[in-house]
Amino acid sequence: MSKNLRWKLLTIVAVVGLSIFAFTPPAEKIRLGLDLKGGVHLVMRVQTDDALRVETEASADRLREALRTQAIGVGGITVGSPSEFRVAGVPTAQDAQFRQALVDIDLMYDRSQSGADYTFRLKPNVVTQLRDETVNQALQTIERRVNELGVAEPVVARHSEADQILVQLPGVSDVNRAKEIIRSTALLELKLVEQGPFADEASARQAFANNVPPDMQILPGNMDTAAGGPPTTGYYAVRRVAAVTGRDLRNARPSLDENNRPAVSFSLNNEGATKMGNFTQANINRQLAIVLDGRVYSAPMIQSRIDAEGRITGNFTQQEAGDLGLVLRSGALPASLTYLEERTVGPSLGADSVRAGVYAASGGLVFVLLFMLVYYKLAGFNAFVSISINLVMLLGLMAYAGAVMTLPGIAGFILTIGMGVDSNVLIFERIKEELAAGKNARAAVAAGFDRVFWTIVDTHVASLIAAAFLFQFGTGPIRGFATTLTIGLLSNVFTAVFVSRAMFEMFLSRREQPATLSI
Amino acid sequence: MAIFDKPNYDFIKWRWHALAASTLVVVAGIVFMIARGGMPLGIDFTGGTIVVAKFSQAVEVDRVRAALESVPGEKVIQSYGDAADNAVLIRLPQLAQEEGTSLEKDARAVVDALNGAGLPTFEILSQEIVGPVIGRELQLKGIYATLASIVGIAIYIALRFRPAFAIGAIVATLHDVLITLTFLAFFGYDLSLNIVAALLTITGYSVNDTIVIFDRVRENMRTMRRDPLEKVVNTAVNQTLGRTVITAGTTFLSVLSLFLFGGEVLHGFAFTMLVGIVSGTYSTVFIAAAIAIILGNSQGAGAGAAVAAGAPVKVKAATARRS
Repeated sequence: MSKNLRWKLLTIVAVVGLSIFAFTPPAEKIRLGLDLKGGVHLVMRVQTDDALRVETEASADRLREALRTQAIGVGGITVGSPSEFRVAGVPTAQDAQFRQALVDIDLMYDRSQSGADYTFRLKPNVVTQLRDETVNQALQTIERRVNELGVAEPVVARHSEADQILVQLPGVSDVNRAKEIIRSTALLELKLVEQGPFADEASARQAFANNVPPDMQILPGNMDTAAGGPPTTGYYAVRRVAAVTGRDLRNARPSLDENNRPAVSFSLNNEGATKMGNFTQANINRQLAIVLDGRVYSAPMIQSRIDAEGRITGNFTQQEAGDLGLVLRSGALPASLTYLEERTVGPSLGADSVRAGVYAASGGLVFVLLFMLVYYKLAGFNAFVSISINLVMLLGLMAYAGAVMTLPGIAGFILTIGMGVDSNVLIFERIKEELAAGKNARAAVAAGFDRVFWTIVDTHVASLIAAAFLFQFGTGPIRGFATTLTIGLLSNVFTAVFVSRAMFEMFLSRREQPATLSI
Repeated sequence: MAIFDKPNYDFIKWRWHALAASTLVVVAGIVFMIARGGMPLGIDFTGGTIVVAKFSQAVEVDRVRAALESVPGEKVIQSYGDAADNAVLIRLPQLAQEEGTSLEKDARAVVDALNGAGLPTFEILSQEIVGPVIGRELQLKGIYATLASIVGIAIYIALRFRPAFAIGAIVATLHDVLITLTFLAFFGYDLSLNIVAALLTITGYSVNDTIVIFDRVRENMRTMRRDPLEKVVNTAVNQTLGRTVITAGTTFLSVLSLFLFGGEVLHGFAFTMLVGIVSGTYSTVFIAAAIAIILGNSQGAGAGAAVAAGAPVKVKAATARRS
């Protein structure tokens, strides 16, 4: 055996060994996709307009406050679209003062003036930045929540469009609970109650002669059901600006209220505790609304100064209280979410798919190999070895790259077998032709491999181009297919050209001048 | 052993017949699709809801349909997979609601209706809900990906071979995609993500086949300088005939194994591949080669002239590589 050939065989043994090492044990090393393992795939949109509106309302509030303290009387400040507010009726005499106030509070808005009216539009680069930050914050919050759910190998990532987020939860069976936990905004606000509760929204508005002051809002809320009656909805008029929000939370955990019903206790950080202490001190004997996602859960009377501890009560079940604690701990979402796509695969269907896929792939493999052995005799065995090594390499590279095996990915295995056969057939047919043209065995093998090499490269590059676009196009299962196909194509070039040739050379090197090939 | 012993069929003689036959099938397919209101799209592209429920005992589809009478919308209800699985697929069209919290409303309504109908107990095997936004996105992405992949491959062929060959390969590949779509529509498959993935694979496969023959044509052009292009191409097709039949045959049979045993989820995928493999093999022999000849002949008189006028640099490069 020549030195050259020995090196080739050693390389092959090393590649096979490394591949087997990479995917052993397969149950741990080969990651299964959602379609094989069961689980849920969710695509949601972050309503980034929400965050813009919050910013615009806060800016309008700051301006309103500044104008009030400087006694600049304007006709009114109204928030229009999420990124725009208008100031109407700025008195001509105070125009310069008004402009100075704007400079002082440093707004990130483009200003346009028509007569006594000003329109403020959020600067485009700020809009882009805010939207991006909002999606990132939402992503981080969702990640924390998903991690607390205790799902193994979850995926939380930005999706194709700028404002979309993809979440994949393998093995989750209670999809609705998972969705609720991900989606709940979990914005906790503590607000002072001005009046209420009222039986319906109309009567709440009537209390202000249908003209609710701009610094107040009407919120729906739970009426106290300690008496045991069915829960009813009432309406509260509360201050628009919250005394304390969920941003100042230190912790939240499920607990029990005085009637032993599930509740959620929370504690505030130092800053929050200071705000809360001052606020409660100043408002003893008034009601404090505990508002979660725009709904008043309870409105207890402030009896004394409260610092760091609070409790949310409502008609919670044990699990709801636990989940609420979870979402409060993970922080509020900066904007609401809407679901765009949801795909759930039950674990039994996943298991069935694995079985069916493995049967189909093995069936295909056995058939193809039998055919090769019958048709190409000893050379068929050669193809058998190179295709088997190809599959071993494919598994090894997938494990090494952390690629996910999906059901279409199994189809990718079958196509890889097909490509392997094709390359071998191309080579064998060419060798046969060269033999028929009168070349001896050694020359025919050399010519066969040399002539077909560029054909194999061309066909594989063309298929790789298709696989690349497939990867671009697809999510989840189809990406798995594109990955399998790509890795299979790459390893096939190695096995069809290098492995198969080394085997022929090994066979030829045993004899001085072999007269015939078994092909 | 050999399937063909020195084959010498005159494939090229049939090129006009083949082009006519293919055009006929493609046109018939397009007419058929237009008559049915376009290619039937699955929920991946239109948006909608699919619920697959597996019952503990056999349940007639009509009983399920009756149970779902109260759920609004035009429903498709059919048995899913093997009859022994007792599984039923329920498909609902796109929600009237644009998007939002009510995305899962239809799926819930289906489950509630099944629960309330006194049917045997069931488990939900799978549930897919696609909102219209995602559907539109996927539709566009699918079309772009297919076209971009064809263009990308064509550019590669134009660089490695000749522009006329690239056009031949594009036409052959488009032909395969159209023929496959025709068969899909005819056999009542809705276009899904998996089927688009199969179509993209077909573009790769079809070109793969074409390249093998083109490679051989390029090689023959050097040894058969005096022969007309028809003869050069025909020889190449015959020389690679054994390989074409064996590869197509073995790939077809392994995909057939996928079609038969691969389970319900991959049925559409495997079917698309089966049609595509047959069409891809046929189009390589009859369409790609024929177009390359027609375009090649309009550029020069014979093979030698075509090479001289076409891409002498590339031929030289190829020669250098092989020596």
